[in-house]
Formats: sequence, C-alpha cells, structure tokens
Amino acid sequence: MKISRIIKTIFLIDFLNGLLIAIKEAFKSKKTLNYPFEKGKISPRFRGEHALRRYPNGEERCIACKLCEAVCPAQAITIESTEREDGSRKTTRYDIDMLKCIYCGLCEESCPVDAIVQGPNFEFSTETREELYYNKQKLLDNGDRWESVLAANIKADNPYR
Amino acid sequence: MLENLNILFNEVYKILLLLIPVLVSVAMIVWLDRRVWAFVQKRRGPNVVGPFGLFQSLADALKYIFKEIIIPASSNKIIFILAPIVTMTLALVSWAVIPFSETYVLADINVGILYLFAVSSLGVYGIIMGGWASNSKYPFLGAIRSAAQMVSYEVSIGVIIINVLLCVGSLNLKDIVLAQQDLWFIIPLFPMFVIFFISALAETNRPPFDLPEAEAELVAGYQTEYSGMMYAMFWLGEYANILLMCSMGSILFLGGWLSPINIYPFTLVPAPLWLIFKILLLFILFSLVKAIVPRYRYDQLMKLGWKIFLPFSLIWLILTSSYLFYFNLLPVN
Repeated sequence: MKISRIIKTIFLIDFLNGLLIAIKEAFKSKKTLNYPFEKGKISPRFRGEHALRRYPNGEERCIACKLCEAVCPAQAITIESTEREDGSRKTTRYDIDMLKCIYCGLCEESCPVDAIVQGPNFEFSTETREELYYNKQKLLDNGDRWESVLAANIKADNPYR
Repeated sequence: MLENLNILFNEVYKILLLLIPVLVSVAMIVWLDRRVWAFVQKRRGPNVVGPFGLFQSLADALKYIFKEIIIPASSNKIIFILAPIVTMTLALVSWAVIPFSETYVLADINVGILYLFAVSSLGVYGIIMGGWASNSKYPFLGAIRSAAQMVSYEVSIGVIIINVLLCVGSLNLKDIVLAQQDLWFIIPLFPMFVIFFISALAETNRPPFDLPEAEAELVAGYQTEYSGMMYAMFWLGEYANILLMCSMGSILFLGGWLSPINIYPFTLVPAPLWLIFKILLLFILFSLVKAIVPRYRYDQLMKLGWKIFLPFSLIWLILTSSYLFYFNLLPVN
C-alpha cells in the first residue's frame, strides 16, 4: 500500500467524506412523491381498473360481440347475452375476474364500440377476494363514475392509434 | 408489613418511571432511524401516522401484537420462546445504572460500568438461544456469526473502558461523569472514542457489521423463524441495546449529563436533557453510518476486531497509563 492510502485508512478520510456527503444530501429536496397525497402523472393509455361505458343518452355501449371474451389471454371475462324486445343484442352478464386479469389491455383494443375500457384508477385493493369478482353492475358504475376522464383519455390517445 | 409494601411500591414506581420512557424512546428512535436513513437516500420515510409520522412505531407495534406467533414444529419450544424475552430483559435491565443527573439514577452501585459491561455481554445469549432453538440453518448460522462477532468486539470495548477507568479511578458511572467536569474524555482519548464507536456498531449488529442478519445470505439471521410479538421483542431489545451503547458512549466520553460549557445559558438546561441530547447525537451518527456504508466481509470483520482494534487499544492503554504515571496524574482514592 502507498503511504497516502495508509494515512487515508487510519484517519478514516474516505468515511468522513462519505459522512459529509450524506449530511449534505439529507437536506436536499426529496426525489420521491408523497404518495397518498401526491400522485405521479398517468398516461392516457394507462391500463387500470376496468369500466363499461354508456352512450350519452344512457344506453349501454356493449353489443355483446364477445370479442373481448375471446381475446382475453387470461380468460378472465365471462359474457352471456340475449336479444332485447327492440331487437338489439345486449349482455345479461358481463363478469371480469380481476384476480385473473393481467391488465394487458387487449379487451380495450378489441372492442369495436369502445365499451370496455381500462381507466386511470389503480387504487382498488380490497380485503377479500370476492370483492374483486366484478359483475356488470359494478363495471357500469365504474363507467359512470369515471366517464369524463375516460372520454378525455380516449380522445387524447386517438391520434396515436 | 405495610412498611415493606410501601417500599416495594416505591421501587416499582421508580422502575416504571425509568422503563416507560425508555420503551417509548426506543419506539421513537426506530422512527428517527428510518427517517434519517430515508433522508440520506432522498426519500421521505414514514411520515403519515401522526405528526411527521412520529407514531409509526406504535402502529407497527400494534400490528405485531395482532399477528400470529408461529412456533416451528421442530424447534425447541421453551428456549424458542425464552430467547426474545431474554434479549429484551437484558437490554432493559442495564438501564438501571445509567445516571441521568447527579440524583436521577435508579441503582447507584459502585461497579456500575462492570455491571453494564456484564449485562451487555449476556445479550449474546438471547441471540444464540434464538438461533439454536429455531432448529433451522439460517438462524443457526446467524447466531454463530453474531456470537463470534460480539465476543470479539467486547474485548476491545473492555480495553477501552479500562482506558477511561484509569483516568477516573472509580467504576461508578456517576464518578466517571463527574471526573469529566473540566475536560471531556473525548479530547484526550479521541482515538479510543472512535474505536469505541465502531465497536459499538459491531456490538449491536448495526451496519456495516450487520452480518448476523445479512439478508442477502441469511434471510434475517437469528430472527428468521420469529413472527409477531416475539419478533417485535427482539427488535425492541436490539434498539434498546443501541440506545444503551449510545448512552455508554456519552457517559464515558461526552461527559454524560454535564453541559458542554459551564456558563449561564447552558446551565439553565436541566441535566437529563443534556444526556438525552448527547445520546440522540450519537444515535443520529449511528443511523448516518447505516445509510452510507456497505457491509463488511466476515474475515474483514474479524481482522478489524482482533488485528487492529485490540492491539491499538492495548497500545493506547499503555500510553495512557505511562502518561498518567509519569506526570503523577493517577487518581488516588
């Protein structure tokens, strides 16, 4: 070892330098978000919690084509449908098992009428598994709650599709 | 009969008056540790529970209380349960002799420093018992490492304590503090203070010497099989030990409850506050070290303990004693 190296080791020079840097860094601004009170920006394409949308007149968009059910790689979607009195085909059952879902976004991509979408919400943890078996009502409620954001996101993402 | 009962209750109150603040400050110190660590890494650390997240540790403790205690089927159940109890008890028992001021001391015994040293050496038993009784490889290896490490570093801490005692001439902790009225021992014995600090890191299994719980190799060392309140007791004992080491450092080298300068505005501050302030200062240094250093390799750790610290503190012991002898400064009682 060189003499300078030995002196450095004995007097803990490197350690003291590190300590100084640590103290300096401790008073600088934080690089992390104050999460529950402050959230990061989310892209319009973000694939979060699912929602079923409606037309502005209140009619469900979903036409029960079952493309999403077919394309779903995790087979998380279950759809049953009937013909309504007015001759249109509508779902009677639209379940998503959120535990199976891998949030790939293929259902959203396949939907011809923009009915099933994945919204910006990622904070829907629950205390039981049962609460994550979403049915049609739950999905429609989600759609109603997030409609303004969902519409804005689809519009913002449109030029890139 | 009634008289005896009175005395008993009096003592119990005194003990509670010491223990409850110690336990609360252990909880607070865990928060401080995490906070300092986070700040150095430019994170925020726990800041949600209570003001500045101060009650985070209490929330954690509540969580531990309600968690299930799992006792492995192949473990030695009695020793397994006994280990965290031993660790925590020994960590708390040593607080009896710490003098917070000239009058605030639970047990003002003549061999205070020896008692402190003896009890903190016993602390290794809790870890060995936990590691052995778990009957599992990681706790066992962690316990072996921990035992070897604590024994090695206790030797140099012992020699450092002798250094201080030579200057004081008494084993009583109060006398040690009062001997520093003119000059804190950190000034003449600065190298000893540095070695004491580093050995204290090793003694309490703190980084860079946290080999017993090196998570990359040993999962969590001797704590691997513990859960719920038993884990929390290990954790309490560990932090109580760290606080104890900090208070030992401030009593031996930083003048205990004495104010740094004996002039008007400083003397207004009550004595125990000075000791608490010094303990906090040392603890913050502990957490800063945790944030900046990488972990030692085991042979490096042993080399540092036996080949560097022990000879160096022995040489310094000879220097101190010859200096005191030559200038006729040896304290004579």
